[in-house]
Amino acid sequence: MSAQHNESPSPGQPHFPGVQLHIVTGKGGTGKTTVAAALALALASRGKTVLLCEVEGRQGIAQLFDVPPLPYEERLIARGPAGSGDAYALAIDAESALLEYLDMYYRLGRAGKALDRFGVVEFATTIAPGVRDVLLTGKVYEAANRNRRNKGARHYDAIVMDAPPTGRIAQFLNVNNELAGLAKVGPIKSQADTVTTLLRSPRTAIHLVTVLEEMPVQETGDGIAELRGGGLPVGGVVVNMVRPQDLDADERKHLLEDDVDRGELVHRLEQAGVPTDELLVEALVEEGRHHAERRRLEDSQRELVEMLDAPSYELPRLPGGVDMAGLYELAEALAQGGLA
Amino acid sequence: MNAPPSPRSATHRSSRATARVGPLIATHDPALVLDVDALLDDRSRAIIVCCGSGGVGKTTTSASLALRAAERGRKVVVLTIDPARRLAQSMGIEALDNTPRPVPGVDPAAGGSLDAMMLDMKRTFDEVVQSQASPEKARQILDNPFYIAVSSSFAGTQEYMAMEKLGQLDQDARASGRWDLIVVDTPPSRSALDFLDAPERLSSFLDGRFMKLLLVPARGPARLMTAGFGMVTNAITKIIGAQVLQDMKAFVAAFDTLFGGFRQRAQRTFELLQDRRTAFLVIAAPEPDALREAAYFVERLREESMPLAGLVVNRASSAADGSLSSHAAMTGVEKLRSAGQGDGLAVGLLRLHADRLVVVEREKRLTRRFATSHPDVPTAVLPALSTDVHDLDGLRRIGDLLGAQMGHSSDQQGA
Ligand SMILES: Nc1ncnc2c1ncn2[C@@H]1O[C@H](COP(=O)(O)OP(=O)(O)OP(=O)(O)O)[C@@H](O)[C@H]1O
Ligand SMILES: Nc1ncnc2c1ncn2[C@@H]1O[C@H](COP(=O)(O)OP(=O)(O)O)[C@@H](O)[C@H]1O
Ligand SMILES: [Mg+2]
Ligand SMILES: [Mg+2]
Repeated sequence: MSAQHNESPSPGQPHFPGVQLHIVTGKGGTGKTTVAAALALALASRGKTVLLCEVEGRQGIAQLFDVPPLPYEERLIARGPAGSGDAYALAIDAESALLEYLDMYYRLGRAGKALDRFGVVEFATTIAPGVRDVLLTGKVYEAANRNRRNKGARHYDAIVMDAPPTGRIAQFLNVNNELAGLAKVGPIKSQADTVTTLLRSPRTAIHLVTVLEEMPVQETGDGIAELRGGGLPVGGVVVNMVRPQDLDADERKHLLEDDVDRGELVHRLEQAGVPTDELLVEALVEEGRHHAERRRLEDSQRELVEMLDAPSYELPRLPGGVDMAGLYELAEALAQGGLA
Repeated sequence: MNAPPSPRSATHRSSRATARVGPLIATHDPALVLDVDALLDDRSRAIIVCCGSGGVGKTTTSASLALRAAERGRKVVVLTIDPARRLAQSMGIEALDNTPRPVPGVDPAAGGSLDAMMLDMKRTFDEVVQSQASPEKARQILDNPFYIAVSSSFAGTQEYMAMEKLGQLDQDARASGRWDLIVVDTPPSRSALDFLDAPERLSSFLDGRFMKLLLVPARGPARLMTAGFGMVTNAITKIIGAQVLQDMKAFVAAFDTLFGGFRQRAQRTFELLQDRRTAFLVIAAPEPDALREAAYFVERLREESMPLAGLVVNRASSAADGSLSSHAAMTGVEKLRSAGQGDGLAVGLLRLHADRLVVVEREKRLTRRFATSHPDVPTAVLPALSTDVHDLDGLRRIGDLLGAQMGHSSDQQGA
């Protein structure tokens, strides 16, 4: 039995009320950016001031919301009706984060410029293993720890991060202390330690997006094990792009066994006023069989997801793709399901 | 032969910054169809590289092509990068040992054969170091913490090592005659361009300004040092600590003499990719991101004078019949519903049909858009099977569908 049944909070109640930092990962292309954005909207609809950030320099948020590329600066991206909160967006890049960091802690001034001239900024941010990641998560840490009393600094009730894919998430969050092995002392190391403390705390939840296919589900399981092994808090599993559930088990069984009652079907189709030539009827049956096969695959993968011991949340595959309206729909489903 | 590749600046990494390449005005010729079997049977093609952004089916497509070529009589080796576990098992390559092994169950009737291997990136890197340096020096490098970090986690190492391995296989193939076709899968990068750019990125890192700077004190006269150097080292020490700097210096000093060799190898492979013996296949899903990446890649190949064979649109949705529109199907559903027949097989099938047509229409629109701006790129459309592809039969099915393109129109058909 999965956690989703064990906990079974009443529908519409958020399952992660104490979480401030939501990290969204998953296999490439399963919908991390989409889910992160929908989650941010859902959290804002609950009255929270939300920051949605991305860290891979892809401008996925801007593309999704159809706005110009985001700078290294928090921008209002969605404002709901009265009573709901606002959603801001930020594209974090390591270069800007490094220069900001140096300025904040060392007032480096001239040396900062020199670093740039000698290729050190480029080096530290694109190459030096681990340093880049600490800079990116460090910026998120900074945003998560702002004080309401600081003048001008915006306090965020929730931060949603569109994170790197499952294959790199543990390393990104510094689970195996790769950086520690490399940089054993020094401020980057202590910065990494501070960030790790936040990441391992109950203020954080790492959600994994998957689709009901073999490789993504496998990766999700491996990812959860790795994260948990590293002491990081796993949140929910978001099952994305679920096929329509129009046919019940019995109907699918008949389709798979190819013993559909054609007479009955033709009769109903006539009632529906659609043509009932044999070609069309066979085509519909063929599509149904294809769908039933796909559902069989999804069902077997769903069983595996349910054994992962994390609550799961399903999102439908939107046939027309994800536009703003579609994003609102997905956000609603997440709020209903309790992820937000 | 074309000019050798020039060092690329960081801005060159994405062709987003370069001019759009296209027909300028749309033509209304039907899209060119990719003749996969002609490609596989063309003995002058010795290398097929499958590129595309992550998750689109590069590994599946490259394995299917390799199997089909082998069963059509070619002596094939396929270099896969990250196969799904079950696929790796059924190809007999779950052991990550960097050596091509015969794939069990391949039909040898046409006189061909199929070997497969899975890339071990760290091992490949280690082997290059070992082949370039004295045993003692190699040890020094392999044990350096900085080397270990770079060789196992530097973004781009996998791409670099895939190219390196391709170069090795090609040499091996030509020397031994063991293979006459190499099919290469590429790493699951977010951008297909990474495959072409990674070697350059790694090179410019290892040969970069900063690395040079680290070498200066080891080499000599203080006058070479610029005034800012002390300041810079201080700042770096502050940030990452003295130990890392020390490891890096040791690594750079040891690696310095190898570097020329590394660069040369990368250059040779790059030239190999421009050779007429090579063909690139770009794989994309019928999704905006994947097709955009495919477009960048196609434009970039042209810029680099690299031979493009065509585009494979993988996992396309298909509707078995187009005569009933999605609107008509939904009208039918409404009718049944108001007659109190709101559930049942007919309603379910009509709804599914409507949903499916919306997906198919959207995918066709996206694919057509690509074809309009790249009218000269032959395209194959590969339907999504309802199950994963995890054994030789599955690969054969994909291969058959790829081979059957010529018989069909460019309309989506199948499964
Ligand atoms: N529920 C959904 N219904 C329909 N389409 C979807 C859904 N979720 C995501 N998509 C589409 O799938 C594609 C991939 O989604 P997205 O970009 O969010 O994935 P990602 O995990 O962020 O990808 P990457 O690994 O490349 O960053 C997009 O075209 C998106 O519009
Ligand atoms: N045409 C197809 N129909 C059904 N499943 C497919 C198809 N192409 C690929 N797949 C499945 O999609 C998944 C990802 O494919 P893979 O080839 O590993 O992608 P990539 O190498 O580009 O990351 C695999 O599970 C594979 O079986
Ligand atoms: Mg994304
Ligand atoms: Mg792959």
